[in-house]
Amino acid sequence: MRTAVTLAVVGGAMVALPWLVPAYYITLMLPFMAYGVVLLGLNLLFGYTGLVSFGHALFIGIGAYTGAVLTTRLGMRQMELILLAAALAAALVAAPVGALCVRYVKIYFGMLTLAFGMVFYTFLLKFYKLTGGDEGMRMLRPYLLGQSWEGFSKTAYLIGPYYYFSLGVLVLATLLMWRIVRSPFGLCLRTIRDNPLKAESLGVSVPRFRWYAFMISAIYAAVGGALLATPTGNVDPTLAYWTHSGNIVFMVLLGGFASFFGPLLGAFVFIFLQDTVMSVFPYWRLVFGAVLAVLVIFAPGGLMGLFARRLPAEVSRG
Amino acid sequence: MILEARDVRRLYGAFVALDGVSLSVREGEFVSIIGPNGAGKSTLINVLTGVLQPSAGSVRFKGKDIGGIGTVALTRLGMARSFQLVQIFPDLTVLETLQAAVVSRLGLGTRFLASLAGCGHVESEAREVAALFNLHGKVHTLTRELPQGEKKLLDVASAFALKPEIILLDEPTSGVSTADKHAVMEILVDAAKRMGLRAIIQVEHDMDIVFGYSDRIIALHQGTVLADATPSQIEADAQVMDMVVGRRRGAHTTSVAPHPTPSPGTRGNSWQPSPPQGEEGRGSSRDARLERRGEG
Repeated sequence: MRTAVTLAVVGGAMVALPWLVPAYYITLMLPFMAYGVVLLGLNLLFGYTGLVSFGHALFIGIGAYTGAVLTTRLGMRQMELILLAAALAAALVAAPVGALCVRYVKIYFGMLTLAFGMVFYTFLLKFYKLTGGDEGMRMLRPYLLGQSWEGFSKTAYLIGPYYYFSLGVLVLATLLMWRIVRSPFGLCLRTIRDNPLKAESLGVSVPRFRWYAFMISAIYAAVGGALLATPTGNVDPTLAYWTHSGNIVFMVLLGGFASFFGPLLGAFVFIFLQDTVMSVFPYWRLVFGAVLAVLVIFAPGGLMGLFARRLPAEVSRG
Repeated sequence: MILEARDVRRLYGAFVALDGVSLSVREGEFVSIIGPNGAGKSTLINVLTGVLQPSAGSVRFKGKDIGGIGTVALTRLGMARSFQLVQIFPDLTVLETLQAAVVSRLGLGTRFLASLAGCGHVESEAREVAALFNLHGKVHTLTRELPQGEKKLLDVASAFALKPEIILLDEPTSGVSTADKHAVMEILVDAAKRMGLRAIIQVEHDMDIVFGYSDRIIALHQGTVLADATPSQIEADAQVMDMVVGRRRGAHTTSVAPHPTPSPGTRGNSWQPSPPQGEEGRGSSRDARLERRGEG
């Protein structure tokens, strides 16, 4: 009951937000919601399966470039179809990449995902005619729910229709993931995270379930990547660069990977903290490095871990 | 014959871990494998559970060659195992641990969007197994918070939750206090009886447990079978007692059934499935097993 009330309050606040805060902060909510979708998927792999990927920016890149290619090269502007195509493209790439990566664990899994991410980054950088090289590609304003929203200025479009569209996608992605982690499948993933040897002895095929988790997380990352591309209107290879992968792992740690909502909190705090720090101090990475060190040493459970006792058990434990 | 190994050899480079091991396990048997360190027990377990492919020879379970078949496939065929070192899921509750086994057995693991809480039969089966192992009062306890003895029980209970036809227990009482060992074995044998297991194999160092519960003992020594006989025959064999047991039991104990409260019929074939106890869950478990055998 308390969980439902908490979520209702947060949901209501997010719906009302465009009327309550300046447009600038609404534009910051857009990357938060895009990363929120990415992190829900990443945490299925990290928090629920025990695999840390350092190459998930690969799939964010796939999602973003799918949107750019479809809108600029193929004239397809429907955002719903773009998200679908992004998910499909990510699944096609994740199937063989995941099949190879999930045979390894710990640092080897992390390094292998990083390696594939760098291969894709180099592809984006060097195949200039297809990808625009280091300049990237434009992402044209997509249609939402069949409407072009031509009468809206860019800002009005972003803080109005696009904000609510992103919110809708985030809510759907959250509900879907909530269901996944509470399914028999989610339970099998947690057995693998806790003890793969024991999981195997109970008949859980560890590589197969890891691969499923990898696929789902890649699809989530691509959908988030496609959402991320619209506000900037441009996609470039840095989206797939390894530091971007590092950032999203940081967000998960910041919020707390042991909690279902932790990564969402991590994305929110990261986006707004980054904006605040950058406005007063040019070396924001210095501050974030210190934050990361403090987190790992003093609060390995992340922000959600710190607040866990004050929150409903279902929210904090996920 | 449920399980049969014929002339199994297993080499690690030039080292011969198993050298022509043959054994068989029949319906209703409780078989103990004993031997000193380095006798080849661990290798034999891994060969019998399909983890290792024998270098030569064959292992057949219900007539199928299971050499190197792998743990997951063997579980599906109806063989489960527990480990010498306690294997648990630290961040799962007792109930979730048992539910995981039930989910796996019922093939529900790929239900991505089904609610686990909505799978009422999964929870009821898990609770049934928890009750058999006296863990029903702790179903919502995180397994890492259980005392060591209960962790061991849960490890074994989760293997039982697979409703296997045969179970291989690697030192089921290791890590359990001496005072609790027989209680653990009584729970285990009782559960096997109620759940309709067809055979139990255990690897055990505690000779009181071995001689108190086994129908047959297989003594390994340097990768070969030194003896394969009943407990009383083994006890009468001075050479085996000296080489494998390491002492003459008679010098310390006068009874071959030393547990303080031996339940009637824990020896011989009497631990085989008992008639339904009139309790809904227990009866239905057995019925389910019999149905599955019928399909096979």
